[in-house]
Amino acid sequence: MIEIKNISKSFKDKQVLFDISGKFEKGRTNLIIGASGTGKSVLLKCLVGLLEPDVGSVLFDGRDFSRANKKLTTEIRREIGMLFQGSALFDSKNVEENVKFPLDILTETPEKEKLEKVNHCLELVGLNKVNQKMPSELSGGMKKRVGIARAIVNDSKYLFCDEPNSGLDPLTAIKIDDLILELTQKLNTTTIVVTHDMNSVVEIGEYIMFLHEGKKLWEGNNKKILKTNIKELNEFVFSNKLMKKIK
Amino acid sequence: MKNFGKYILFMISLLERREKFKTYFSLTINECIKIGYDSLFIVSIVSIFMGAVTTIQTAFNLVGPLIPDYVISLVVRDMTLLELSPTIIAIVFAGKVGSNIAGELGTMRITEQIDALEVMGVNSSSYLVLPKIIASLLMFPILVIISATLAIGGGYLAGVLTDVITGQEYIYGLRYEFNPFNIPFALVKSYVFAFIVASISSFQGYYTSGGALEVGKSSTNAVTNSCIAILIADYVLAQVLL
Repeated sequence: MIEIKNISKSFKDKQVLFDISGKFEKGRTNLIIGASGTGKSVLLKCLVGLLEPDVGSVLFDGRDFSRANKKLTTEIRREIGMLFQGSALFDSKNVEENVKFPLDILTETPEKEKLEKVNHCLELVGLNKVNQKMPSELSGGMKKRVGIARAIVNDSKYLFCDEPNSGLDPLTAIKIDDLILELTQKLNTTTIVVTHDMNSVVEIGEYIMFLHEGKKLWEGNNKKILKTNIKELNEFVFSNKLMKKIK
Repeated sequence: MKNFGKYILFMISLLERREKFKTYFSLTINECIKIGYDSLFIVSIVSIFMGAVTTIQTAFNLVGPLIPDYVISLVVRDMTLLELSPTIIAIVFAGKVGSNIAGELGTMRITEQIDALEVMGVNSSSYLVLPKIIASLLMFPILVIISATLAIGGGYLAGVLTDVITGQEYIYGLRYEFNPFNIPFALVKSYVFAFIVASISSFQGYYTSGGALEVGKSSTNAVTNSCIAILIADYVLAQVLL
């Protein structure tokens, strides 16, 4: 479980996050949603340690990440898998090397075992016979799948996904959502997804935190979100015509 | 001054939380190929013509009844060892390797590849930059030695083919009153310049923020700042060591 307590963050004079708290349970997909510029990605970066919150703490199963020494920081980071918005695959490495990278750098696993693990993860994300392809030869959806395989190859306890559907067609986006949900349940990870995609919210939102102008305005799940009376959340959820019709 | 402090902290960060030796070894070998072997062609071309032009111009300016012809190759030798090979090749090195390092790291930064390394618990600056600096320190002195040899060879060819100087006189001039200290001096300069180019370019690339435009700016800054630092270091080294 990941718990955040009173997180605030500002850049120079501009405050981006205001006193955000919440609990992200293990084995379920936790979503952080909100319009562009509301601080979702900043919150995610505070969670994974890429940014340091000004105030507040981030607890990974009770271990305070924001005040951790270098040893504990490295220990926690090695339990984290992250899918970046643009996949962030290493251009100079092929698919197999990309997925194998965390094992190469963080473990002493024998080469044969590493390759078995890589192939198993690629199979889990539905990719076959792409081991030798370079990232430039892959489609957007395939890149995301490789990114997910890399994030889970080291038996990560915590899986973070930053806008996993951005730039994908609706069908591929749904497949990626299903994959995240399936992996979370199968591997029992604490998964946090940052998104503004309403399909994801409805499909996989077992816990949802809604941010508006840097503040947590609402929390609940995909069933409750359609019945809420909060104006800002309604504007976000029912912003497109299809959702309005559903309402 | 703020940037200089940031640069010093960046250099210190290269030595923190290092990975396994094996990891650096393979990365350094790859960088040696990229930085050294891939620069061989441009260094060779520049060096041969540098020596040839120095010979022709020295001959044009110096030849008179009281000045022997072998002075031409003596001048080519000393200019090549003391200044042209270490400094001009360092400028070329900054243009080719420096811009490449800054562009590569800048692109990795804006496409979140550096963030990905950090999230995995890898010290990204040490993992990405240390092999580049070590490879530069290993390869640039070799490039300078090759450059000096080719420049002197280029001078020989240009002198003999244009009848400016005979082969025998050229060789005699190369040996005449040779100061062996010029070689370690050239090598010291090459180590200092290699470090300057690799570290400044890495610093510029690593701290890129924004998009493609900023990556371009980082590459330009890497070359400009490296060239300025090379010229300042060149003066300081000449003042201190000669």
